[in-house]
Order: sequence, then structure tokens, then C-alpha cells
Amino acid sequence: MAIIEVNGLRKAYGGRPVVDGVSFAVEEGEIFGILGPNGAGKTTTVECVEGLRVPDGGTVRVAGLDPVADHERVTPLLGAQLQESELQAKLTVREALELYSAFYPRPADWRPLAERLGLDGVLTTRFGKLSGGQRQRLFIALALIGDPRVVVLDELTTGLDPRGRRDTWKLIEDVRDSGVTVLLVTHFMEEAQHLCDRVAVIHAGRVAALDTPQGLIGRAASSTVISLTPSRPLDDADLAALPAVASLERKDGRLVINGTDETVDAVISLLARHRVTAHRLRVADATLDDAFLDLTAVLEEKEA
Amino acid sequence: MAASAAVLRSETRLFAREPGPMFWIVAFPSILLTILGLIPSFREPDPALGGLRVVDLYVPVAVLLAMIAAGIQAMPPVLTGYRERGILRRMSTTPVRPASLLGAQIVLHGAAALGSAVLALAVGRLAFGVRLPGQPFGYVLALLLATLSALALGATVAAASRTTKISNAIGSAVFFPMMFAAGVWVPVQVMPDLLRRIVQLTPFGAASQALNQAAAGDWPGWSHLGIMALWAVALIGAAARWFRWE
Repeated sequence: MAIIEVNGLRKAYGGRPVVDGVSFAVEEGEIFGILGPNGAGKTTTVECVEGLRVPDGGTVRVAGLDPVADHERVTPLLGAQLQESELQAKLTVREALELYSAFYPRPADWRPLAERLGLDGVLTTRFGKLSGGQRQRLFIALALIGDPRVVVLDELTTGLDPRGRRDTWKLIEDVRDSGVTVLLVTHFMEEAQHLCDRVAVIHAGRVAALDTPQGLIGRAASSTVISLTPSRPLDDADLAALPAVASLERKDGRLVINGTDETVDAVISLLARHRVTAHRLRVADATLDDAFLDLTAVLEEKEA
Repeated sequence: MAASAAVLRSETRLFAREPGPMFWIVAFPSILLTILGLIPSFREPDPALGGLRVVDLYVPVAVLLAMIAAGIQAMPPVLTGYRERGILRRMSTTPVRPASLLGAQIVLHGAAALGSAVLALAVGRLAFGVRLPGQPFGYVLALLLATLSALALGATVAAASRTTKISNAIGSAVFFPMMFAAGVWVPVQVMPDLLRRIVQLTPFGAASQALNQAAAGDWPGWSHLGIMALWAVALIGAAARWFRWE
């Protein structure tokens, strides 16, 4: 059974629809990503899941409960990290962890959690003196402190350095492996590709695609990137005749071709036919980034 | 229950870490009383004041000053700040209602104001021989009603202001008239008749009259107590109606 069910969710601000019929279901124990450009309605969608906003239409269920009507029964099950929120400036990290522990019926032990998030060195530091990354890690700790069944993380790694981001990803994977369901809002494709079991791409208040990251990449017009430096220039006509090419770039003698597996085969036989050596030949799967840009470009074209 | 106690404990700690409000609420009224009490002529009985001394009249003024500093000057920016900075929102996602945070702040500001009132009474008694209220029950009742209307007024300011900046502006706009009504510049008892009648309709003007009557040993006039109670009820209603959680 799905632990989060969102059905036909609608929410408008001042007559302008922000979420316009979003539906998805998150299975227990998965990391589910919500991706989309700024202003697509991602945050509003998860705020409805957290019970912070009352939907105009549609239904939201967390473990079968309505996050607004059954708020008191949902909050012990759901940990949240909000995109923009603060704590009292003079509250220390330790006091914040102890305070939020006291809010929950069966809290997790905050000490190992703080250690895991690298907060053990700043326990006596006041919130107002923390760096952006430290604040972010504290909010992740507070989202997990109630030992929730579901955590909702909005822009998880914003403000973290690359090392902190990697560490946080590992932590989220461990959280998932311990059986907790993770709903993750992000605009970092790399993060979604690395972490998410499934991804919903939201565009202009609607779900534009819902699949595994690999599935989304495979669906894109160009799922493979070939790059090489040919030993001598290739004929333009030959290049133009390559099948399934989505784009072709030339820079300082290096060729970058976006295409499919069919394109790869054709490039290799073209090189063989002309006895051209390919220096530093690289064939790579396209990233979720490419797939995402593809998808949103198609959607915007449709709208135009 | 345990969670609300934890919130109150944590907010008490935070309250104690703010030296500014602590000074204005707890120390300043007694300091002002001390300075005025050190002026020799203010310690002479004045027939125009019915044989009282100026310093006698300034004890209730100091008490009301503490209420005003707590309710109108200190509290509204804290409440709007909690909303503005997403602290209430963050708490809405936990099993504890953010109202407990606001409740803790209201209780703490009320307690600090009452503590300051006790300090002003003690300073008046010990340093300048001001007699303790002759009608203690009436005095306590007037004090509690004054505290309640001050906190209700502050909560209304917080409810009506979208940002901390606005609440600071409204707070100081209300602050000076309220200090005037409490008799900080001219004690209410020596104001011209018409002015006194008007000032008596404000919560702190009424409080000043009620406190003085109780200090003199009489039961405070029901009209004064009634005016404070009306203000408190109306302002609590307004604050509850207008307050936005985000």
C-alpha cells in the first residue's frame, strides 16, 4: 500500500493555480523525488502533504490519514525539513535538539544523529551563529528526530558544500534502508539521479512525467552522448547523414554528438570507413539533466 | 503537557538571554522611580496632592511603565519575528501546536512585568518609605487587569502587523500615548479635569486611577476595573481574530 497518496491536488493563490491536478503515490520505503523548474508547484505540493496548506481540491493521504483534518495523528509520523524556516536566534544546537525531541512520543536519540550530521562540534553554538550548511544539517536532524515513518525534505542540500552533499546523500540512503519513506523536492538533477527510486517531474502545476531516473533518461530524444577528437576533420555531409542525432557540436577540433545507440554504431563505422582515429573517445549515458531539459523544452513548445 | 513545559522552559532561557527587554521591563521602572525619589522636593508632602508626595504617585506609574514596556514594547516584535522567520511554521509540522510558543512568550512577558511591579513597590517602600497598598486585594486585582490589557494590546499589535518592522512602528506609536495615559509625564491624579476624564477611558489611565485608590486603602472604582476588563476582552478578541500564522 502507498504511504503517501496525492490525488487530483489543486491549490491556487489569488486565483492563479499553482498546483493544478497533481497525482502520485509513494510506496513505503522508497525515495521519491519531485523535480521541476522554479515556480512549478513543488513546494506547494509537499506543503499540502505536510498539512501546512489546505488543498482547494483533490485529496492527500499520509498513511491513510488526512494531513489537515488528522493533523495530530500525522505529525508524529512525518518529519519535515522546510525550504525557508529558522529557529530562535539564541537557541543553541543542543537545546534545539532536546526541545524537538520533547515534542515526539518516541523520539530518536539525538546524540548519534548529531554526530552523524557533523553537529557534535557545534552543540553549544547558537542558531544565529551557524553557517548555512550547519543550519541545513540541523534542520535535517530535526526532521529525523521524531523517528518518523515519512520524511519530507525540501531542497535538502541547498547551502551544502560538495562534501556535505555527498555525506547527506549517504545519510538519506541509510534512512531509507532503515525503512523510512523519503519524499524529496529538488532541482539538482544529480541529486535526483543519485538518490531517487522514482521521480515525478512537475511542470506548471502538473505531473509531466513519472518514472525511474533511468526510465526518464531513456525516454529522452538523446539518451547517449558521444565525444571524440578525430585525427583529421570529418566531412560535414557524412556527419549530417548520421541517424538519430539530437545535436552536434564542434569545439576546438572536438566533436560532441547527442544521439542514441544507433548513432554510436553509425559513428564507429564512419570512422572505420574513412580510417580516422578517434582520440579520447567517450560514450556516456545522458544524465537526468539532459532528459529534464528535453522534457521541459517539449512541454514549453506545446504551450507556445 | 510535557512538550508545552519543554517549550516554556526553552523560551524562559531565551527570554533571559535578551538583556535589552529585561532592562526596560524589570530594571528601568525602578531606576526611574529611584531617580525621581532622589529629588528632595518630590519627597515633600504636597497639599495639592492631598498630602501625598510626588514619589508616592510615581510608584503606580513605575508599575504601569513595566506593563507597557513588557506588553507593547518588548512582546510584539518577538511574536511577529517568530512568524516572519518561519519558526511557527516549522513548529506546525510537529505534534506541538505553535500556539504554545506564543503562549509561553505571553506568560513570560506577563511574569516579568509583575516581577517588575513587585520590585517597584519594594524600592518605593524601602528607599522612600512609600506605604504599601492599603487595599492589597484591590491592588492585585487592578494589577492583574492592567497586565492582561497590556499583553492583549501587545498581542493585537503583533496580530495587526505583517512584519517585525511594522510591529515596531505600531508599537512605538502606541507606546508614547500609553505612557502619557499611565501618567509618566504628569500623574493622572494631577491632570486637568477634562483631560483626566478622557485618559481614564484608556486602559492605563483607568489602571492608574484604580491603583491609586487601592494604594490609598480604598476599593478601586468598578468603573476603572470595568474599563480595563472591557479593553482586555475586546483586544484579546481582536488579536485572536486577526492573528495570521504565516
